[in-house]
Amino acid sequence: MSRLDSRTLILIALRLAPLVLFVVLCFAFGLFSDRFLSLANFRNILTQSTHVAVMAIGMTFVLLVRGVDLSVGSVMYLVAVVMGLYLSDVSLFVSIPAIMLIGGVFGAINACFITGLRIAPFIVTLATLFIGRGFALYLSETKMVFQSDTVQALGRTSFIGLPWAIWIAAVVVVAAWITLTQTPYGRQIYAVGADPDAAGKAGIRVRAITFSVFCICSVCAAIGAMISVSQVGAAAATFGYQEEFPVIAAAVLGGTSLFGGRGGVFGSVFGAVLVQTTSNGLVMLNANPYLYPLVNSLIIFVAAWVDGRRRILTERLEQRKIRVEA
Amino acid sequence: MSDLLLKVSGLNKSFFGVRVLRDVGFELTRGSVLGLVGENGSGKSTTMNILGGVLTSDSGRVELAGEEVAPANSRDALALGIAFIHQELSLFPNLSVEENIFLDHFPRRTGRLPFINRRILREQAKKALELIDLHVSPATQVMRLPQGERQLVEIAKALTRQARLIIFDEPTTSLTARETERLFEIIDRLRGQEISIIYISHILGDVLRLCDNIVVLRDGRVVGTGPRPDFTIERLVTLMVGRAIDQLFPERDPGSPPRSTALSVRNVSQPGIVKNVSFDLKPGEVLGVSGLMGSGRSELARILFGLDPYSEGEIRVGEARLPPLAPRQAMDKGLAFLTEDRRGEGLMMEASITDNIVLPSIVERSSGFLYWLKPTALGEAARGVAERVRVNTKAIERTAVRTLSGGNQQKVVIAKWLLRAPTIFILDEPTRGIDVGAKYEVYKIINQMVAAGAAILFISSEIEELIGMADRIMVMGRGEVRGFFERAQFDREALMKAALWD
Repeated sequence: MSRLDSRTLILIALRLAPLVLFVVLCFAFGLFSDRFLSLANFRNILTQSTHVAVMAIGMTFVLLVRGVDLSVGSVMYLVAVVMGLYLSDVSLFVSIPAIMLIGGVFGAINACFITGLRIAPFIVTLATLFIGRGFALYLSETKMVFQSDTVQALGRTSFIGLPWAIWIAAVVVVAAWITLTQTPYGRQIYAVGADPDAAGKAGIRVRAITFSVFCICSVCAAIGAMISVSQVGAAAATFGYQEEFPVIAAAVLGGTSLFGGRGGVFGSVFGAVLVQTTSNGLVMLNANPYLYPLVNSLIIFVAAWVDGRRRILTERLEQRKIRVEA
Repeated sequence: MSDLLLKVSGLNKSFFGVRVLRDVGFELTRGSVLGLVGENGSGKSTTMNILGGVLTSDSGRVELAGEEVAPANSRDALALGIAFIHQELSLFPNLSVEENIFLDHFPRRTGRLPFINRRILREQAKKALELIDLHVSPATQVMRLPQGERQLVEIAKALTRQARLIIFDEPTTSLTARETERLFEIIDRLRGQEISIIYISHILGDVLRLCDNIVVLRDGRVVGTGPRPDFTIERLVTLMVGRAIDQLFPERDPGSPPRSTALSVRNVSQPGIVKNVSFDLKPGEVLGVSGLMGSGRSELARILFGLDPYSEGEIRVGEARLPPLAPRQAMDKGLAFLTEDRRGEGLMMEASITDNIVLPSIVERSSGFLYWLKPTALGEAARGVAERVRVNTKAIERTAVRTLSGGNQQKVVIAKWLLRAPTIFILDEPTRGIDVGAKYEVYKIINQMVAAGAAILFISSEIEELIGMADRIMVMGRGEVRGFFERAQFDREALMKAALWD
C-alpha cells in the first residue's frame, strides 16, 4: 500500500504548492526590495486584494458546480458606472442593496441562459462580458465616471484601525463560509459539483442550485466593484477590464478545482492575496510593466497545472476496481 | 413475518418497440430476502429501476404494503421507503460520511433557519453507523474509505430514511471476501429488523446462501420462482440460459487454421482490473469472449487497443511488441476497436456518415507533407465501405449519424474501421441494441472479414451469438481467464457456469 501513500503525499504537496509559491515570492521580493517586507506594505497588499478576494469567493461558488463566470469584470464596470451616475445622491444604505440587486439580476440573466437553455457557462458569460461592458459604456459614453464623496470616503476611512474594505470583505468571507459549510444548501453545492447526475438522483435540485450560484457570483462581483471603485474614486472605461483573470486565478490558486466539487472560501482569499502580492512585488521592484501580464499568466498556468495534476491523481484513487487483489 | 410488503404484478416495459419486460410479477414478505437472478439483459435492472423510481412501467401494478404505488423518481421511491443501492454507488467522495448520509435531510438548527445542526448530525450519523457496525468517524471524507465501507455508508443512508425495502444491485462485485462476509451479516441483521431485501447478483452461491426466495428472469419473463430449497446452482443456470436459439447465423467456411499468430497476449495484468490474461489469436479466427458484466472483458479490450494501461505482461502483434497506452501504434499495426459505447465513444453523432467514416484514416489518406485533405477521394472511399456494409442511405455526405437507426449507426462504426483494412478487429458488443436484421448483417460482415484473413476478438454478453459465430470462446470472470472452449465443447450451460463460478 506504499504506492497509495505516496500518491496521498503528492496530493498534499500539490495542495501546499501555492503556499510554497507565496513564501518563495515573499522571499524573492524581500531580497530585492527592502520596503516589501514591511508591515505597512502587507497591510497595503491586504487592502488592495479585498475586491479580488470578494469576487473570488463568488467565483468559488460557480467553480464548485463546474461552472465559470467570465462576466465579473463587466459587472464591476457596470456597477461602478451606475453608482457614479445614478446613485451618487443616496446614502450607502440604499446604494449598497441597489448594486447588489443589479448584480443579482445580472447573474440571473446568466443563469437563465445556462440552466434554462442549457448553454455552456463559458459561452453565456463570454457573451454577457461584452454585453455588460457595452451597456455600461453606453451609459457612461466612455467618459470617466466619478464617485460621490460618501463612496470615496468609504475607501479612505477606517473602522477600529482597519479599512472599511477589509471589514466588508470579512463580512462576505464569514457569510460565504457559513453558507458553504453550515447549510444544507452549501453541502449540496459540493455534491452537484462532484457528480451532477448522482446529485439529481439523490433528490437535489441541481438546476436551482446552479441558477443560484451564478447570482451569488454576480452579487459578489458587485460588492467587489464597490470596494474597488471606492478606493480609486472614479471608474475609467477600462475599470474592471480583464478582471476575470485574477479572480479565477485567485480561486484556483486557493485550491478550488476547475472541475468542480472541491475548494473553499479561505483558499480563495489566500489566492487573492497571493495574486496581489505578485503585482505589489513587481511594482516594488520597479519591474517593467510589460512583464506583469507575463508573470500573472505564469501564475495562472501554475494554478491550472496543479489543479489538473490533482484531478488526475484523485481520479486514479477513485478508479473502479473489478477484481480485488489479495 | 409472513405479511406481504411488496406485490408486483403484470409489469410490462418496452424500449423503442423492444419489449424488455413481459408480465413480470413476484411477491416479497416483510423481513425476507428475495434473490433476483438472470443473464445480462434479462430485465432485472429494468424491474428494479421501476421499483426505485428510475423508470416507469408501461403497464402493471406495484403494491407496497397493500397500497398501489408508482414512484416517479428516486426521491419518491425513498419517501415510500424503497432504497436502491446501485452497483455504481451514488456517494459523493468529496463530502464526509455524515454529509452523505443526510445530504437531503440534514438535521437543522432552530426552526426554519437553514443551518445544519452539526451536533445532532454527528449524533445521528454515529447511531446510523453503529447499526451497521461501521467504526469510522462520521467526519471522514468518503474518498478515504475502501469500497466495502462505502457500501455500508449507503446502507446507513437507507436506514436513516426508514427504508422498508432495500434493493441491492450486484453489491459484492468490488468487495473483498471479508467485506462481503460483513455485508451478509448486516443483511441478516436487517432481516431481523423487518426490513425486506431484494438482492440481485450473478454469484449464485451467494444468492442461495442468503435468500429466502428466488426469482429467475429470462428475456424479460419470470421463468422460475419459489423458496430457496427448490433451487440448486444447476437448476438456476438451466433456468437462466434455457432458451431456444432464435437467431440464425450465416454460414462460414471453417477453412484450415493457419499456423501463424496475429495477436499474442501473455500474462497481461493491471492491478484491480485484469490478471494474467494470456491468449493467442490467429488470422482468420473468431475468438469469442464471454463473461458477465464487470468481468473485465471490455477493460481487456481497452488495454489491448492501448486506451488503458497495463503494468505487466506482453502484447505482441506478429513480432512487434505493443507498449501500453499507444492506440496510434496499435492502429498502425492493424488493430481496430469497436467500442461498446457507440454513442459516446464510437461516433460523432452530429457529423455526417462520411465524416465519421474517414476520421481514423484521415492522416493516411491525405497527400503531401502538409497533409492536404482530398475530399473527393475521401468521399469515394467512404462511399465504398458504406456500400460494403450496406448503410441504409444514399446521401452519406449530408446525413447526420444521429438520425440513423442503431443498426445503421453500428454499420458506420464498422465501416470507419474497415476503411483502414484492419487485420485484428476487437469488437465489443457489436450487436448491442440493434435489431435482428441488422445483427445478421453485422455477422455477415464479420464473416467476410474473417474470410479475408482478419482475426476477430468478439466480445459479447449473448452466449448464443458467440456459439453461433466463434471458433473458440474464452470465458472471463473477475478480471481473469476462466477457461477456453473449442467449438466442439460449446455448451451454454458450461459457458455460463464457467462465467458464474468463482
